[in-house]
Amino acid sequence: MIDKDQYKLEQEPFYQQQKNEVALYEAAYRNRLPVMVKGPTGCGKSRFVEYMAWKLGKPLITVACNEDMTASDLVGRYLLEANGTRWLDGPLTTAARIGGICYLDEIVEARQDTTVVIHPLTDHRRTLPLDKKGELIHAHPDFQLVISYNPGYQTLMKDLKQSTKQRFTAFDFDYPDAALEAQIVAKETGMDEAVAAQLVKIGGVARGLKGHGLDEGISTRLLVYAATLIKDGVEPRDACRMALVRPITDDADIRETLDHAIDATFA
Amino acid sequence: MTETEYQHPLMAAYWKQLDTRFPQVEEVFEDVMAEALAVLTREGIDDYLEAGRVIGKLGRGVEPMLAFMEEWPSTVQAVGASALPAVMAFIQRLQRSPNGKAITPFLQTLAPVARRLQSQSQLQHYLDIALDLKARTTGSIHGHHTTFPSPGLPEFFAQAPALLSQLTLAGLKNWVEYGIRNYRTHPERQRDYFRLQSADARAVLQRERHGTLLVDVERKLDLYLRGLWQDHDHLVPYSTAFDETRKPVPYYDKLGIRLPDVYDDAGDISGLDRYRAALAHMVGHRRWSEAQVADNWSPFQRMAVEFFEDCRIETLLIREYPGLRKLFLALHPKPVEDACDPETTSCLRHRMAMLSRALLDPHHGYGDADLLDYVQCFHARMAQGESSTREIAAMALSYVAKTRRQSDQFAKVHFDDTVVDYRDDNRQLWKFIEAGDEEEAFDEERKIEPGEEIKGLPPRHYREWDYGSQTYRPDWASVYEALHASGNPADIDRLLAKHSALAKQLKKMLDLLKPQDKVRIRYQEEGSELDLDVAIRSLIDFKGGATPDPRINMSHKTSGRDIAVMLLLDLSESLNDKAGGSDQTILELSQEAVSLLAWAIEQLGDPFAIAGFHSNTRHDVRYLHIKGYGEHFGDEVKGRLAAMEAGYSTRMGAAMRHAAHYLGARPADKKLMLILTDGKPSDVDAHDERLLIEDARQAVKELDQDGIFPYCISLDPKADEYVGDIFGRQFTVIDHIERLPERLPQLFMALTK
Repeated sequence: MIDKDQYKLEQEPFYQQQKNEVALYEAAYRNRLPVMVKGPTGCGKSRFVEYMAWKLGKPLITVACNEDMTASDLVGRYLLEANGTRWLDGPLTTAARIGGICYLDEIVEARQDTTVVIHPLTDHRRTLPLDKKGELIHAHPDFQLVISYNPGYQTLMKDLKQSTKQRFTAFDFDYPDAALEAQIVAKETGMDEAVAAQLVKIGGVARGLKGHGLDEGISTRLLVYAATLIKDGVEPRDACRMALVRPITDDADIRETLDHAIDATFA
Repeated sequence: MTETEYQHPLMAAYWKQLDTRFPQVEEVFEDVMAEALAVLTREGIDDYLEAGRVIGKLGRGVEPMLAFMEEWPSTVQAVGASALPAVMAFIQRLQRSPNGKAITPFLQTLAPVARRLQSQSQLQHYLDIALDLKARTTGSIHGHHTTFPSPGLPEFFAQAPALLSQLTLAGLKNWVEYGIRNYRTHPERQRDYFRLQSADARAVLQRERHGTLLVDVERKLDLYLRGLWQDHDHLVPYSTAFDETRKPVPYYDKLGIRLPDVYDDAGDISGLDRYRAALAHMVGHRRWSEAQVADNWSPFQRMAVEFFEDCRIETLLIREYPGLRKLFLALHPKPVEDACDPETTSCLRHRMAMLSRALLDPHHGYGDADLLDYVQCFHARMAQGESSTREIAAMALSYVAKTRRQSDQFAKVHFDDTVVDYRDDNRQLWKFIEAGDEEEAFDEERKIEPGEEIKGLPPRHYREWDYGSQTYRPDWASVYEALHASGNPADIDRLLAKHSALAKQLKKMLDLLKPQDKVRIRYQEEGSELDLDVAIRSLIDFKGGATPDPRINMSHKTSGRDIAVMLLLDLSESLNDKAGGSDQTILELSQEAVSLLAWAIEQLGDPFAIAGFHSNTRHDVRYLHIKGYGEHFGDEVKGRLAAMEAGYSTRMGAAMRHAAHYLGARPADKKLMLILTDGKPSDVDAHDERLLIEDARQAVKELDQDGIFPYCISLDPKADEYVGDIFGRQFTVIDHIERLPERLPQLFMALTK
């Protein structure tokens, strides 16, 4: 028997509600509707799912998708043993058996044929056929499927099929507004809120340059990194350069503009 | 000196020493002596008078002497009296050459030039540049040495102060050098150049200027606007180089934000930061200022409102980005409190600038009671929020009323330290209900005449390399592009049919051409290596009793070529010559060769374009499209190919740059530019035959930098002398021109294999 508790979250993850997304998610879960979370990188998608799993008291199984992932990485496979083979459940199968929330992070990174295996689990059937094993799993009543993806850098090649998209209810996440984001950074790191507000300001500068040489603005996650460094005693300007500017761009003009923004913000 | 007037005996002695009878000098003598006595030593005075005497005796009239007498004392203040021998020697050299007329302009601008240069060694450099200019532009015809004076020299002296205000000495040297090189043989143009009236004089000046040019930092400023201020607009430069008196100020209107084309560093503040300060200030106005009706306010009142409003928005800007305070304060003048005497001078500007400083600078240190009062009042108002233009205008008016003085009306205005140069001219701050009665519009509104329709594209200008000075001549060659005229496509089909045997041979080679991209093919029964994932899966199936999949290998294949090709044809006059040992012209042979090559490339499926070029001086370089990347090798293209004609000259560099403009825009991995030519680059207006060869070589270097691989196919048997200089090792000389149709496609395939 699988140990359910290893997938349960012990501590409450910090999550700052932006609107009414917590209530909406709870409604979706009550009816076991599959959920899709969209938004730019580092805006709190995964944190939100973790928080909801904790709040609902359900086990959470997270799968980071990549392009070499096959259907059997999700569903399960036979392993070789000294005298024959043994079946091993994949994360999706495990979640369906124990009644957990299965979270497929960055689903578009997975190959398209992979994503099709989740289809029977996401509609009224709530089943998962294991054809190699000759077994049909009926999902546990507590099971729920959550996927996330970042529409920002999707290309022609990396988009979800309509048939996949239309099986989910969706949340559209974005970076929170300045005051809220400052609060989040402050709470996450225990930093003075005034300094956090300055960090958020620099984040806003970079987000304004999106599409003018930047693919993505500075994420909340990077702001938290910068705050963490400052909290550790690093000089704020250095921390900002290291955590906010250098990771996101190699473009000299943009770097210089952001550096200037840092100097102008930390007088 | 007239006998009746009293004269100091010493003055009389000096006058005697000067030994002149010019009445014009006599008029000013006492004044200039007074100035000279203030700055010169005893010996200095003697030398001064002696030099004046010599210049007076040159036989050039009163002008040079007057100029010297007036200019020398302030020259001494800048560079010291010890510069006199050098200056005198220089004058002697001018005097002995036909350039005596240049002595007067030289002396007239000596003092401002000296003030710019500030040291004797710098002045010596300046004299050397002038001597060089004199020596190389003084004309000689048929062995009559130095018979004609240098046309540009007097103009140069007249422009020298303006030039030196924008150029370093090295920049001045380059500027002069350019003028000498290009206009030595053309007196009228030379004069225009040194008078700063020709377009390239200004362009070269712009290039050599010191400071931060707007064009160089435009993207940074655009990012600055977007990133920090969520605003964007066109940044339009205005020239500061040619408008000494008006000194334009930044401003913005519907068409964009106007900024000076160049900012020098101001102390520690870089030119870029000065641009940023100006932009931030204007953004502030755009965000927070509201236009006020100004009809009932006097100019003084308006000025006060402007100062207050500028400070209000800067306070708000600093609130947004606290680091701006440092920047603004570094650029804001710091007027000294007692610098202006209210008894004799209008101090309004001084008072306002002081207030402006105090409003921004917490450590201003001024003691004036009214000022402190209003600073406090201002901060109290701002502490409540953003305030508004109207509110702050009311405060400004009351400040003017309270501090008004009778002397504010005086004509003499205190200007020192009152100009805040990053601030705009506030034209957006005012609206007038009635059109002003003080200004009259003299310019009639210009109507755009419905002129003739524009035929063809406007020319593109390309720079050209001048190997002598190792610089580019800006916008030198004008390239006009057009579609090539069309002929009968059947001619080309006939040519292809004629070479059908060769085409078959080529076809075999084409099939052998291996494409380059590697692709992994999985699920192969036979392959180059074991595909581990699939193998293990098969083994599991096998052990589990299912039928294993035997396709457990993978292999690699290469597919897809990613080469973009540009074929550039020299269509100059010499193509009409008969090829040696053949009754066909080179043009006809080229036509055949190009048709075959085009057919071959079409078979391969590589994107390619064909264009021809010829030139008739730098003002008329023709670039003719024969095949574009989007076109197939069909009837239209064949028609253009059939109509190929030869004429004029070969300005290769410009054509290559223009072709690179198209080829560079292709997304391909490899870019190949084939240049088919029958001779060296030349043109009727290039007298130095190395010039265009060196320019083509420079163009090749530029291509290399852009990731374009140029390759030359030369039909000139004597090409070895120069083609290596241009293309390095990337060339082939085809000796038997009649074999060109065969060689060209082979060459292409060898290059891209």
